[in-house]
Amino acid sequence: MERDSVKDQADSYVTDDGRTIGPTVMEMKNITLRFGGVEAIKDISFDIREGEIRAIIGPNGAGKSSMLNVISGFYVPQEGEVWYKGAQRPPMKPYQVAQQGIARTFQNIALFEGMSVLDNVMTGRLTQMKSGLLAQSLWKGKAEREEVENREIAEKVIDFLEIQAIRKTPVARLPYGLKKRVELARALAAEPTILLLDEPMAGMNVEEKEDMSRFILDVNDEFGTTIALIEHDMGVVMDLSDRVVVMDYGRKIGDGSPHDVRNNQEVIDAYLGVAHD
Amino acid sequence: MFYREAGDFNTSYAQDQQTFPIKFDRYRYYLVLFVAIFVIPFMVNDYWVNSLFLPFLIYAIAAIGLNILVGYCGQVSLGTGGFMAVGAYACYKLMTAMPDVSMFIHILLAGVITAAVGALFGLPSLRIKGFYLAVATLAAQFFLVWLFNRVPWFYNYSASGQISAPERDTFGILITGPNTDAWATYMFCLIFTVGSALVARNLTRGSVGRKWMAIRDMDIAAEIIGVNPLRAKLTAFAVSSFFIGISGALFFSIYLGAVEVGEAFGIQKSFLVLFMIIIGGLGSIFGSFAGAAFLVLLPVLLKIVGVDWLGWPTDIVAHLQLVIVGGLIIIFLIAEPHGLAQLWRVAKEKLRLWPFPH
Repeated sequence: MERDSVKDQADSYVTDDGRTIGPTVMEMKNITLRFGGVEAIKDISFDIREGEIRAIIGPNGAGKSSMLNVISGFYVPQEGEVWYKGAQRPPMKPYQVAQQGIARTFQNIALFEGMSVLDNVMTGRLTQMKSGLLAQSLWKGKAEREEVENREIAEKVIDFLEIQAIRKTPVARLPYGLKKRVELARALAAEPTILLLDEPMAGMNVEEKEDMSRFILDVNDEFGTTIALIEHDMGVVMDLSDRVVVMDYGRKIGDGSPHDVRNNQEVIDAYLGVAHD
Repeated sequence: MFYREAGDFNTSYAQDQQTFPIKFDRYRYYLVLFVAIFVIPFMVNDYWVNSLFLPFLIYAIAAIGLNILVGYCGQVSLGTGGFMAVGAYACYKLMTAMPDVSMFIHILLAGVITAAVGALFGLPSLRIKGFYLAVATLAAQFFLVWLFNRVPWFYNYSASGQISAPERDTFGILITGPNTDAWATYMFCLIFTVGSALVARNLTRGSVGRKWMAIRDMDIAAEIIGVNPLRAKLTAFAVSSFFIGISGALFFSIYLGAVEVGEAFGIQKSFLVLFMIIIGGLGSIFGSFAGAAFLVLLPVLLKIVGVDWLGWPTDIVAHLQLVIVGGLIIIFLIAEPHGLAQLWRVAKEKLRLWPFPH
């Protein structure tokens, strides 16, 4: 499945497979991130459009995860601006970023091991649950209503990701592949505007990767969720994503459709190595 | 066989989220409540109430409080004794300042005051974790005891430095002082214990409880899904201290009647309540009750068996108790970190299938 190069000027356009890609929802402008003397990210700019699947790829240590951490508020870049929904985002804490509708999963699974699958998915709804301590302590009125309403949404996500059978199982007992899926469910339960996936397919076999790819496409298709993902499996990236950012040693070396990126000489050099003479 | 959920269907999410989703559990809970309210008060005498029921009910509240902080939110605290002292002294000051107000109000207000103090001493938890936090709360323990010893205003300038509960009644029934009826003090404490358990259960199964558990299991992930760690930890400290304050107030006013702070609310009290939740089960309301019952019953049982039946000297029995509790703590920490509550859960899982496990 090859896609044409992106029409940068148009506000929104329709892809070959019939999905509508909207205007820019998030824009990174000249981001530079340093840890002491090490520049993890050097002057990188790119944008994420509404409804698209945006991949960030690059060799190990290229700064991909750091980039994701900048988006989700873990790191505050020394230079550059983050624009979200048409406004510049002031430096904020990760939980404030989450409240703005940005959810993410982690490279190493970060589930709450002591809780059941259902409770884990319900934690994804926490930003939406507003009832006070007193109401909750009595479990009457608003607190109970809110609990049931949010449970319905959580159950929809559980249905969608086909984890109904394990909803009462403690997460600690689940195998790796299912844990990845539960983590996706938790992020999805928040009904995010942008979903950040940090290596959603790391450590999976071919079938699990196919399952996960299908879920990612379905999420994008059915909920219209914008997805930014980091992935090492090139086949997956080229098939899933609408546009790809390629990073190497903290610099951006390519940006465009999978087709463009694949034929970019600098990208080929970064991945395959190049002879220096 | 007899414990099963076949034919027991929940048809709405509200039903599925109730405290006891299985009918059998629900009926057993009603039965226990019935016995506690309608049978025990008519059977007890002073000895049973003072040596068993009052300490059990009061320690259960403290254990619930500490369990919210340690078991649900994962913040280790060794300041329980100090916070109980805050509840006791707050209650004493309120009782003497406003003699006409109902004891219910005094006890609840003592809880609220302790909640504020607890939230204050919870502030370091934002920066430090684990052992270091435990040491910080240890400082709270020693500071609070020192404060109540050294500032005469807290004990109304009494010559002995002690506080003693004046006689107060509720709805015309005497519940503090030396001339109380056994059933009255029992019922008064029972109301607070049942109320605390219900509130704690409601909080821990709702969104606040999920925030606490998220912080406990992985604080970074909790933050990324939108939990404000500052607010989650401070509410845990406040709610936990609220319960501990209530238990301290009851411990002083109903159970002991007169208190010398270093003796009643010293560091050993903090450890006792911590042992209760370790043996009973971290992160479980039932475990708080089980732990409190166990550590209240153990000395009584040992005394009956050792002193009364076998005729051993009392000091040997007292030391034996330390040995047993110490050994049990080690065994539980290694073999079953989730305590009696987990044993109970496993037993229930097995009973569901028994006698046909396949």
